[in-house]
Amino acid sequence: MKITKKEVVHVANLARLDLDEESIGKFAGQIDNILEYIDMLNRVETEGVAPTSHAIFLTNAFREDKVKEHLDRNKALANAPEKEDGNFVVPKVIV
Amino acid sequence: MNLYKLTIHEAHNLLKSREISSQELTKSVLDRVESVEPRVGAYITVAGETAMAQAELADKAIAEGNITHLTGIPLAIKDLICTKDLRTTCASKILENFVPPYDAFVIKKLKKAGAVIVGKANMDEFAMGSSTEHSGIKLTNNPWDLSYIPGGSSGGSAAAVAADMCLGSLGSDTGGSIRQPASHCGVVGVKPTYGRVSRFGLVAFASSLDQIGPLTKDVADCAVLLKAISGYDAGDSTSVPMDVPDYTTFLEKGLKGFKIGIPKEYHALSGLDAEVSEAVKNAVMTIEGLGAECVEVSLPHTEYAVAAYYVIAPSEASSNLARYDGVKYGLRDKDKNDLIEMYRSTRSMGFGSEVKRRIIIGTYCLSAGYYDAYYRKASQVRTLIIEDFKRAFKSCDVLLSPVAPTPAFKTGEKTEDPLKMYLSDIFTLSANLAGIPGMSVPCGFSTQGLPIGLQIMGKHFNEEKMIKVAYNFEQATDFHNKKPKL
Repeated sequence: MKITKKEVVHVANLARLDLDEESIGKFAGQIDNILEYIDMLNRVETEGVAPTSHAIFLTNAFREDKVKEHLDRNKALANAPEKEDGNFVVPKVIV
Repeated sequence: MNLYKLTIHEAHNLLKSREISSQELTKSVLDRVESVEPRVGAYITVAGETAMAQAELADKAIAEGNITHLTGIPLAIKDLICTKDLRTTCASKILENFVPPYDAFVIKKLKKAGAVIVGKANMDEFAMGSSTEHSGIKLTNNPWDLSYIPGGSSGGSAAAVAADMCLGSLGSDTGGSIRQPASHCGVVGVKPTYGRVSRFGLVAFASSLDQIGPLTKDVADCAVLLKAISGYDAGDSTSVPMDVPDYTTFLEKGLKGFKIGIPKEYHALSGLDAEVSEAVKNAVMTIEGLGAECVEVSLPHTEYAVAAYYVIAPSEASSNLARYDGVKYGLRDKDKNDLIEMYRSTRSMGFGSEVKRRIIIGTYCLSAGYYDAYYRKASQVRTLIIEDFKRAFKSCDVLLSPVAPTPAFKTGEKTEDPLKMYLSDIFTLSANLAGIPGMSVPCGFSTQGLPIGLQIMGKHFNEEKMIKVAYNFEQATDFHNKKPKL
């Protein structure tokens, strides 16, 4: 067993997801199966191999620190589910 | 003449000589969409009115003598590429009503070139899938047999091209999502080199793997569309400042001196369908017959590609999809008065099961105590896969392989077994891990009449060599002239 139901619930919580009983059981089985498969990576000798996070030759993309064209406030807020006075509205955080 | 059947280059010639107008062409495509959409289901949104307005503008431009290869050409766009003022859903409930306030870089380029946008094509939710069955909006059927999947995740983009519901389309490819549906629908599809096409305005799935690319009716059209969307963009920090060749100049006959590499490991992989294997072998012989020389090459880490990919892609996805929190855009559970509760409820309502599964796998692989065992290990194996390709390309110009191990499968066949679905990406996802370009070109049909694709992969920024081989193969065969009966 690579992953238990309890761990699925824990990870789902980290990712801000609620799962019902049925999905917990189903996901645990399916994800266990996938992690079991992924385990084959342990057969590969990787001692001293540098990890790749980016497959081509670019390293950094610097530009001048200058203000450029950008979305105006109303457009940036246009898709917000809730907004007020030019701001995004969220449920009360500080009680 | 049914104008919707035209290829991009055929339509361009008729528009240029003023034998047809873009409005006639666009109307013909829209009528075609209306008649076959109920069976194919390729589009999430059809933008008929704005398409006709764009066609009118294109006709004006043409009348003034301003014509590019894409002026007045009706195209479909995968629904995760942002289109200003045109709904972009990613086939997800969480973005069902999202209307982008800006155009993706590629859309800006297409609009500047005078192209007409017919609508937004269906896909697996957030591009996670190989069958388009994970769309949160609708099902797409394979135009060649409606009880089969069109492939995925760019299933709508591929089906729309195959069913003549557009002249060409854009898709995106993170692990095969352009090439595999192109193969299953019998059209041409290119995943460009990572960095060739700007990802600005492409909704992110796995940022180190995602690339936008064209799907078209033939290779010449692919060369046109690829040229139009390629090039440096300061808006994407991974965009590469390199000149883009005019790919259409590589549409010339003759493969003398070309070295074609055949990876020996690919034939040993389990699950390769006999008809696919046969079609690819025949394609290799055809290409040899055209003057190319075949050499055997080795990609020893091939069997680890799926495992490495299904750590790296979900890890990046879990991070990218954290932005869907019900605050800035998209769905929100307005009944929740606690911030964290609102996040949880919104995300649980908005994401489909495949997206949740991948977020959980990714979060698990990145979580404390597991990072080294999974993400770091997979990233090291990724290095070894890249080195395999570098070695192989020392002795050849392009690599040939199947695109998918089988022709399209039946709707519902793999939805309950995610691992089985993932394994259908075995031939395609190495190219994403290595950042190299790959394409699919039709190379046969199964006895059931389903299309089979040949994959051609090239070195970084060597799309032109791939295109040249594909063009020569296409011109020597007849597969691209066959059309599904709808």
